[in-house]
Amino acid sequence: MPDVQSMVAEFVNKLRKRKIEGSQATAKCTVELLRSVISHQRVPHANQAAALIDAVKAVGQQLVAANPVELAVGNVVRRVLHIIREEDLSLTTAAMAGLDLLDASDDDDIDNCKGIGYPAMSAAVVAAAARSTLRPPSLQTLLEGTPESATVPYTSSSGADSESKSKSADKSSLTRKLKHDVIEGVNQLIHEISGCHEQIAEQAIEHIHQNEVILTLGSSRTVLEFLCAAKEKKRSFRVFVAEGAPRYQGHLLAKELVARGLQTTVITDSAVFAMISRVNMVIIGAHAVMANGGVIGPVGVNMAALAAKKHAVPFVVLAGSHKLCPLYPHNPEVLLNELRSPSELLDFGEFSDCLDFGAGSGSLQVVNPTFDYVPPNLVSLFITDTGGHNPSYMYRLIADYYSADDLVM
Amino acid sequence: MESRRNPRAVVDPKVRQVGFFTSSQPDSSSTQQQTEPISASASASSPPVSTISPSGNSLSPVMIPPPRLNSSDTFPLRNAAAGATSAVSPSSFSYSNRRDFPDGSTTASPGRHSRGSFVKSSAPVASSLPGIGMDSMAAAKSSSVPASGLTTVSVVTMPPGLAENASGMEVQSDQKKNSKSLKEKTTKAERRAIQEAQRAAKAAAKADGGKVPPGTSASLASTSVKVAKPAKPSTQKNEVAVSAGVTEKKGGPSEKDRKKDAPHPRMQYDDESRVVKAKRRAVVKQTEAKNRVELFRHLPQYEHGTQLPDLEAKFFQLDPMHPAVYKVGLQYLSGDISGGNARCIAMLQAFQDVIKDYSTPPEKNLNRDMTSKISSYVSFLIECRPLSISMGNAIRFVKNRIAKLPITLSESEAKAALQSDIERFINDKIIGADMVIVKHAVTKIRDGDVLLTYGSPTAVEMILLHAHELKKKFRVLVVDSRPKLEGQLLLRRLIKRGISCTYTHINAISYIMHEVTKVFLGASSVLSNGTVYSRVGTACVAMVASAFRVPVLLCCEAYKFHERVQLDSICSNELGDPNAISKVHGREDINYLDGLTNNANLQFLNLMYDATPSDYISMIITDYGMVPPTSVPVIVREYQKEHLLV
Repeated sequence: MPDVQSMVAEFVNKLRKRKIEGSQATAKCTVELLRSVISHQRVPHANQAAALIDAVKAVGQQLVAANPVELAVGNVVRRVLHIIREEDLSLTTAAMAGLDLLDASDDDDIDNCKGIGYPAMSAAVVAAAARSTLRPPSLQTLLEGTPESATVPYTSSSGADSESKSKSADKSSLTRKLKHDVIEGVNQLIHEISGCHEQIAEQAIEHIHQNEVILTLGSSRTVLEFLCAAKEKKRSFRVFVAEGAPRYQGHLLAKELVARGLQTTVITDSAVFAMISRVNMVIIGAHAVMANGGVIGPVGVNMAALAAKKHAVPFVVLAGSHKLCPLYPHNPEVLLNELRSPSELLDFGEFSDCLDFGAGSGSLQVVNPTFDYVPPNLVSLFITDTGGHNPSYMYRLIADYYSADDLVM
Repeated sequence: MESRRNPRAVVDPKVRQVGFFTSSQPDSSSTQQQTEPISASASASSPPVSTISPSGNSLSPVMIPPPRLNSSDTFPLRNAAAGATSAVSPSSFSYSNRRDFPDGSTTASPGRHSRGSFVKSSAPVASSLPGIGMDSMAAAKSSSVPASGLTTVSVVTMPPGLAENASGMEVQSDQKKNSKSLKEKTTKAERRAIQEAQRAAKAAAKADGGKVPPGTSASLASTSVKVAKPAKPSTQKNEVAVSAGVTEKKGGPSEKDRKKDAPHPRMQYDDESRVVKAKRRAVVKQTEAKNRVELFRHLPQYEHGTQLPDLEAKFFQLDPMHPAVYKVGLQYLSGDISGGNARCIAMLQAFQDVIKDYSTPPEKNLNRDMTSKISSYVSFLIECRPLSISMGNAIRFVKNRIAKLPITLSESEAKAALQSDIERFINDKIIGADMVIVKHAVTKIRDGDVLLTYGSPTAVEMILLHAHELKKKFRVLVVDSRPKLEGQLLLRRLIKRGISCTYTHINAISYIMHEVTKVFLGASSVLSNGTVYSRVGTACVAMVASAFRVPVLLCCEAYKFHERVQLDSICSNELGDPNAISKVHGREDINYLDGLTNNANLQFLNLMYDATPSDYISMIITDYGMVPPTSVPVIVREYQKEHLLV
């Protein structure tokens, strides 16, 4: 237990000091941490799911507080909570089904569930009805679901209620099962996060045609993989990279692109408007995608999006599913932003005497934000690891990944 | 053009006063000059064809051309106008004759012939011009002769006019044939080559010289001999002008004319043969950058830093170049002088020095020789750095003044006149204009305003400082961009004056736009479709501002307006040093691209300007007041003449 505590503390520290950059890396670290939290969590005999959820929530709150701007942390915590709830639910329903069925077949059933995940279940009807109401009802449930709907109240509220039900199925195998299944699910999530680049890159060929001119901005590994995937399929196209002052991540991206043999042109950020008229598509990697379809991306993205809109150039956002945030943004330019050091913009020595350090003495302020918010009406397309989506569809996509109970942690 | 202008001048000269017209009362010499160029153009192309000429759009917007009195291209009417002018002019007879004389020089002033020096020779040539009438119309119009006077005079002068026309027709057709055959025989490139050769020859030729220019032009000259014997070289030149479709100098210069005066700023660098040719002429030996952006092949891009040491070494041995010009050129090259106004003033002051030290070589004509000198200096300056549009306008002004120097002036007088003209241009059109702009713009700044500016526009800086002196309370957001980071200089100056500032890079513009109440921008030029040609990034700022519903006020002196139109930032632009992008000044940690600069897959694009669409601009503050972008073409058309006259 203490080692988990120290791990959490260490990670919180890292987040606070902004040592971890990039939402994918952060997401991965978070899941791995949560996995060890879950595996070290001693599960009480009764009410195991609630215990797990509480533990994960507690850690999650610490992590989110450490870096509230890194939305991927919150997203991943919610995903893990969702996994716990799902597994718990499937076990409960399986147990219920097992009660109805023969005891002998019970074990097989649960093995089934574990192997394939949740889709194939013996008590499919019950499970479907019991799952979060966000799930689209199938015709079958609509037809047969009326008598079963009575079960929804107590199963959907998971934890305590379902526990009372499953008490009857107090086999020791079942208690181990939940933790085991949750860890399986978390592993799957890790796999999904680390594989999201490939998933997205696979679609590149459908979006990039021969001789295309693509503008990108900032340094995103997703974009890099996306472009390289198209290049590997023998598409030839050129890429304009805005350098992204003051962090100059564009330089980094350009270097990688050139190393992979792509025709790359580095432009200044100010030339984005001038060049956009000759660009066929703007592709950027998102920092986070909000539930309304708005995008938080590297600073300067909004400018590029406006210019693209003006010239009717498609503005495509690449985002792994861990970047989908279930929150609706309010004033995201300010509230979900982060101001970096002025030293990136100005030589400290030259201007230090006139800088305003909050005491009101100086007359100079320096603004150096990290992120930019693009409203959904400027985005043409999202490409996630599950395919391409409209901005207006994002809320629905998000509903698949998170359960409504966890939106507020 | 003639037919349209014709009735206007004769029938209602007063309509001209309506609308956007500032009273410019040209002196008699300018009227005379105005008449002259037409003779060249008219003789070149038949009158009906010439309606296409751009000078046709000098029609005022508020005016509907009145119905014609009689069939418009009958000669009497034109002659009437001709008569009118001659009546107005003090020396009516010699004047009308002179007018007909085809002018010898392409660039130099028409005025120099006017004072009777050519009267004797002009008689036979005089007939060649059916088009005089038009010109003289313009003259009549500008001197605003009362209509009644016109009619009476026209009656008197009609007969000689008719006679002139009769013979003129013949000559004209002859010439037309010549030019036509020339056109057929030669390709465009060849014609241009011919033209260039002739121009060179002309520069060498004396004003009265009977020398036949060498090369291709010889045949031309021979054909023209029978038309106008006494003025052999000059007629030949006329034809050259015709073949190029260029009407030579006119008092109130036609658009085409103006374009010609201003050195063509846009050589297309993807045209190999022309690049080679230009290189041969070049004083500055530039190494072309190898790794270039495909889209911008038509723009020059050189390896920066390669020319400067070479040029500096040559500083003391370069006789054809005036040291003042040389110095300015080097300053352009090294970037010591930048900013539209600074560059323009530096150039004009160098020209003043040139004029001060100028002495007409023996057997040469001041107007012509000086024009060609200026042209050569200008091409040197272009080699150092492509001209800005405002500089093109200033050069056009200088050349115009030189061309219009009355022939009667002695050399010292002429020099003094030119110097004071240039001085006046600097004071009125640049410095004075800025003061007017400041006066206008300051009224738009209120207490509590948050003003955003981009880069380091001089006009805006003056406005901010003035508003601060007026004790207005406001905050300034200075937005900057790589690679020049001019905003830091502005920031330093503003802070020194005690103005509270916020500094950021252009990427963060959407972050700070929420708090902004007004955006003040500068411009390198405003084009006549309202497009603002300015420091790269201005378009981004204006776009974001208009997306956030923040008014964008653009400050630009009217001498920077230009009748050119442009839709994008690609066709015409300037490329800066690509290495400035790969290296981030003051940030040693950013070195990702070191060692990749020669990679064939990697290019750096350092654009200098961009074109802001007019719909992002709320208002343009200029020395003529505060106008919407849609008024730019009006100002360009109505005031350009005045610019040239000052």
